[in-house]
Amino acid sequence: MRAAVIVFPGTNCEFDTKYALNKLSFEVDMVWHKKESLRDDLDLVVLPGGFSYGDYLRSGAISKFAPIMKAVMEYAKKGGYVLGICNGFQILLESHMLPGAMMKNRNVHFISKYHGLKVINNNNKFLSKTKVGDILKVPIAHGEGNYYIDSDSLKSLYDNEQVILKYCDENGEDLNPNGSVDSIAGICNREKNIFGLMPHPERAVESILGSVDGIKMLEGFLS
Amino acid sequence: MKVVVNVSLKEGVLDPQGKAVHHALGSLGFNEVKDVRIGKRIVLDIDGENKEEIKSRVKDMCEELLANTVIEDYFIEVE
Repeated sequence: MRAAVIVFPGTNCEFDTKYALNKLSFEVDMVWHKKESLRDDLDLVVLPGGFSYGDYLRSGAISKFAPIMKAVMEYAKKGGYVLGICNGFQILLESHMLPGAMMKNRNVHFISKYHGLKVINNNNKFLSKTKVGDILKVPIAHGEGNYYIDSDSLKSLYDNEQVILKYCDENGEDLNPNGSVDSIAGICNREKNIFGLMPHPERAVESILGSVDGIKMLEGFLS
Repeated sequence: MKVVVNVSLKEGVLDPQGKAVHHALGSLGFNEVKDVRIGKRIVLDIDGENKEEIKSRVKDMCEELLANTVIEDYFIEVE
């Protein structure tokens, strides 16, 4: 299995992401944003976390014009699997590869801590190794993770099983750290090959660091 | 020609920054403030004379980059 991790100026989670994917036996290529093409034998493309282009204007707003993004969009159009984590999720929203938009956290603070996540839908490759209702413990680290979508589009997200993860407390009750609509932490597109989430599964792959729930999530891409 | 683009969150979209500033103003005793909305002011210096043409180009810039029309409205002033 082979994955590409896209690196923009300001990306800072690429090595954690590579580490996690290597641990799952993926071969990983780091791909600089100026490249215009991707290898044709990829099983996964990851847009990792960070602060691409310094979050100028809006998080992810400039990155969508990076040369590599055309290739990522074509790859996704052909059915390739794309995962956007944190800033990667913001880039997918700004590129309209996923619906909705991201705003500053409700309390206007940068939040960095472990948080509960509830699996809402596992009828997709990414979360295929989890069960609906599973409560995962995964770090969040963002200032702009307040997911917004209008109510009609939200309904269509639910109707098409595109809401895949919600924030929760340790008992699975809704606990909303950032003001996201319906406590949404992660979504996918209608075709279920593009995934975006604010939490960092790649930071939850070693028990010594507090959780290995990230493995359970990412290993879905192995199947 | 100088063009000013004002970008702000759409009405109905909660503005977390505006809310925090509203709260801070209240703590400072400015209790008459009923609401605060925060936006961005983008000033563009553009080559050209034709106001209509410039305005239409700036509109394209707003749609493609300067505003995220999912959550933001923009207003263009050509000076």
